[in-house]
Amino acid sequence: MKKEITFTLNNEEVIVEVDPKWTLIHLLREVLELTGTKEGCGVGECGACTVIVDGEAVNSCLYPVMEVEGKTVATIEGVALPDGTLHPIQQAFIENNGVQCGYCTSGMIMSAKALLDKKSDPTEDEIRTGISGNICRCTGYVQIVESIQLAAERMKK
Amino acid sequence: MENLLHVGKNVPRTAEIDKVTGHAVYIDEYKRPGMLYGKILYSQYAHARIKSINTEKAKKLPGVRAVITGYDIPDVRVGFLGDQTVLKRDIVRQFRDEVAAVAAITPEIAEDALKLIEVEYEPLPAIFDPIEAMKPDAALVHETDARGRPLRSNILPLPWKFSAGDVDKAREESTYVVKHDVTTPWINQCCMGTSGCVAEFDSNNNLTYCAQTNVIFGAKQRIATYLRNIGLKGKKIRVLNPVVGGSFGTKLDTDIYEFICIQLALKTRKPVKIRFTREEEFAALPPRQASRFTIEQGCDKEGKLTFRKVDAILDNGAYTSWGATTPSVMMLPISSMYRVPNVSFQATCVYTNNIYSQAMRGYGNPQAAFAVETSMDLLAEKAGIDPAEFRLINRNHPGDVTPMGLKITTCPLEECINTVKEKIKWDEKRGKKNGRGVGMASLIHVAGGARVYLSDGTGIRIKVNEDGEVDVLSGSTDQGQGSPTVIAQIIAEATGFRPEDVNIVFGDTALGLWDAGTHASRHTFVAGNAAVRAGELIKRQILELAVQHIPKLVKRSLKQQQKKNPDFVPPELDYTLIDSPDKLELKDRMIYPREAPDHPYFKTEVGKILTSGLHVGVGESKAVAAEVFWDPPTQMLNAEMKGNYSCTYAFGTAGVEVEVDKQTGEVKILKLVSAHDVGRAINPTLVKGQIYGAAYIGIGYGLTERVQVVDGKVVNANFRDYKILTANDNIPVEAVIIEDPDPAGPYGAKGIGEPGLVPTAPAIANAIYDAVGVWIKDLPITPEKVLAALKAQGQ
Repeated sequence: MKKEITFTLNNEEVIVEVDPKWTLIHLLREVLELTGTKEGCGVGECGACTVIVDGEAVNSCLYPVMEVEGKTVATIEGVALPDGTLHPIQQAFIENNGVQCGYCTSGMIMSAKALLDKKSDPTEDEIRTGISGNICRCTGYVQIVESIQLAAERMKK
Repeated sequence: MENLLHVGKNVPRTAEIDKVTGHAVYIDEYKRPGMLYGKILYSQYAHARIKSINTEKAKKLPGVRAVITGYDIPDVRVGFLGDQTVLKRDIVRQFRDEVAAVAAITPEIAEDALKLIEVEYEPLPAIFDPIEAMKPDAALVHETDARGRPLRSNILPLPWKFSAGDVDKAREESTYVVKHDVTTPWINQCCMGTSGCVAEFDSNNNLTYCAQTNVIFGAKQRIATYLRNIGLKGKKIRVLNPVVGGSFGTKLDTDIYEFICIQLALKTRKPVKIRFTREEEFAALPPRQASRFTIEQGCDKEGKLTFRKVDAILDNGAYTSWGATTPSVMMLPISSMYRVPNVSFQATCVYTNNIYSQAMRGYGNPQAAFAVETSMDLLAEKAGIDPAEFRLINRNHPGDVTPMGLKITTCPLEECINTVKEKIKWDEKRGKKNGRGVGMASLIHVAGGARVYLSDGTGIRIKVNEDGEVDVLSGSTDQGQGSPTVIAQIIAEATGFRPEDVNIVFGDTALGLWDAGTHASRHTFVAGNAAVRAGELIKRQILELAVQHIPKLVKRSLKQQQKKNPDFVPPELDYTLIDSPDKLELKDRMIYPREAPDHPYFKTEVGKILTSGLHVGVGESKAVAAEVFWDPPTQMLNAEMKGNYSCTYAFGTAGVEVEVDKQTGEVKILKLVSAHDVGRAINPTLVKGQIYGAAYIGIGYGLTERVQVVDGKVVNANFRDYKILTANDNIPVEAVIIEDPDPAGPYGAKGIGEPGLVPTAPAIANAIYDAVGVWIKDLPITPEKVLAALKAQGQ
């Protein structure tokens, strides 16, 4: 039995029929074709599917689709400006090798954004905690942390 | 080399901008019209006879388009020793044996259909311990070889035996000798993007195969052989790469799921995608293999190494992939790390009913380095020499030819060791035995290609369009290391264009010239060499155009000025400054006379020359294009396993400071310094990324990671139970780039993809010994093992 839900997705109102059994990532990837959100494990252990719901970073592979009713969802596709200008976090990842294979990157950027939206001047520990649910096999996290620090500095200005 | 404009600069990874905006197309996003989804049914036993398979219920499930078993496809063997079939129909020899496969309109329906397949097994005795499996009366994992000849032993017929000098004599003459055993576990590569592929046949039965392989031509070859063997001779195959979500060795061989995907596509006449779940990635993908080493080393009273003897036993699992060939790389550190005149090495690969293995970053080097580098510390202690000093005494030197026949060209190992000593405050912190300690380990690795195939070459094609865009077709692949940026920097430097002008297409067998694969840390070195040479040809072609067209452009412009201003007196220009391409230079898109770089009339933007020089008129128009296929001047290993199989070798040293909690056995890494000889860093930020990433995997190897296999079954097939490090582990890693440009490298560069991983785990083990006086020779070094060792010592 499908049900209609209404929520805000990347600053636009979306009205869509969903199967209540779906997870948020299923709606995003398979129905709305927003495939920037990745499924690295499907059980909430790797963080590749991280999106922001009402300001909080969540694993969209675990998030029941019915719970987004009336909420605000941001995915990686909505992070850059509509004209394509990169968000400072994205720009920093490109400049500072925060991205290698790129598979964890969407989730990593969403976790970083959720953190910086709440706290403009996080410590390194806070950054590391903020992305601790996002596994990366390529970088050893060093240049990811540096990228987020660089973005935070630029965003303050 | 001093006036490099692009090489050595931290050029951003703008070419991969889609990875930060969510628009990159991985295999997950790759879709074709009418595409079906394939799923695989795996064995329920480590060793069993299949009594029956019933697929009738599965076939009837709505949405299912095909169900296949070993009875539905030709009984053709695959793999490098041809020791398995694609779907197993008589006997299963490991838990991940593929028994049946389904194609359906959704992955969920395919998954449901698997549950409807009924397989009846008759369990057979299984063997999981390679030592047991080696015994003469052990039950055989395989009754026959690929050709049907009976087998008498589980030991594989592989020639891993190396000997140089006289080990027995050297042992007798040694003042100090140590001998110990080490074991290393199965390690999952843990690519964040799981395995997958899409196979699609056209109406002529030609195959387009989109796969994550980093050996596109090797994959094409293997698939061609397979298609030929199943009766599809002469069919065309095009292998394409999507964006690849990590490799770390997983994409070297063609895995069984790939042949299954091809079979499902053939059967259904539709494009079929298979994409692994994370659980499959852990349980059904070959990991780094588990190994056991016995290592014996000796030195004289001055501390000079006299001999090294290593015996290795590798659990091959039930079938053979590249894991069984890792001894070819184990030989690197065993024969050539430090000066050691007498060497003996033997590796025995043994069939068991465990999972089988393949490549992982470093190939066999991390396993062997763990044996060699822990032994170095044991021997240093016995000889009463500081381990850093002991390594310096025995270090390799430029110009050395090692017992394996490796020709050492550049070798800043001394600088690597001393850098680590200084940064880790070695002299101040060593030898306190107060719960804190420091340790180090070094490495040697191929850094100038690796001739494991008859061709170790790579082709690069470059064309420059009339609009000044530089299109590059590379036969190689990128799996995240940053080649779109690094190769663009090299091409920009060689051609005189800018990195942002360069557009590189990787990963397409129909377009690129042959490449041996993005493996063995060879891509920047080999593709870079091809790129430099092709770039120089392009530059020459443009300068030849410039010789013709700069004078035309200058004269036309002077005439126009005269027309506008009759008082204008044209200057006397010395056109001999630009009458030969040798007298011109092209840099940063500007063409100018070498003798007068800022010449006000002759200095010309390259775009003007292309516009004026390419589209000229009937019979005169031109195109700027060049291709170079470059095969490094190296040797295959001979029957004695000797030969200079790389153009150059990379060295490096890792130093670790640890704190060991004696109550819990927990090891905390306070600092890791990893100093690496990279020849020249084409892009220092990206080089550091390779070192950090590899070092981190090395820390996991040392402390937390192992695929737990119980009676043949992987029991920790998820990220909760398989402990890969997170950002919260907060291990301070310092990457140090040591530059000593190699004459054979592109602008002096050596390969750096794998080295960072190699010395990390032994450096940790050595530091733990320095901290609390216990040796853990069995990876990973878990708190339980540390505690047990402390207890055993009465601490």
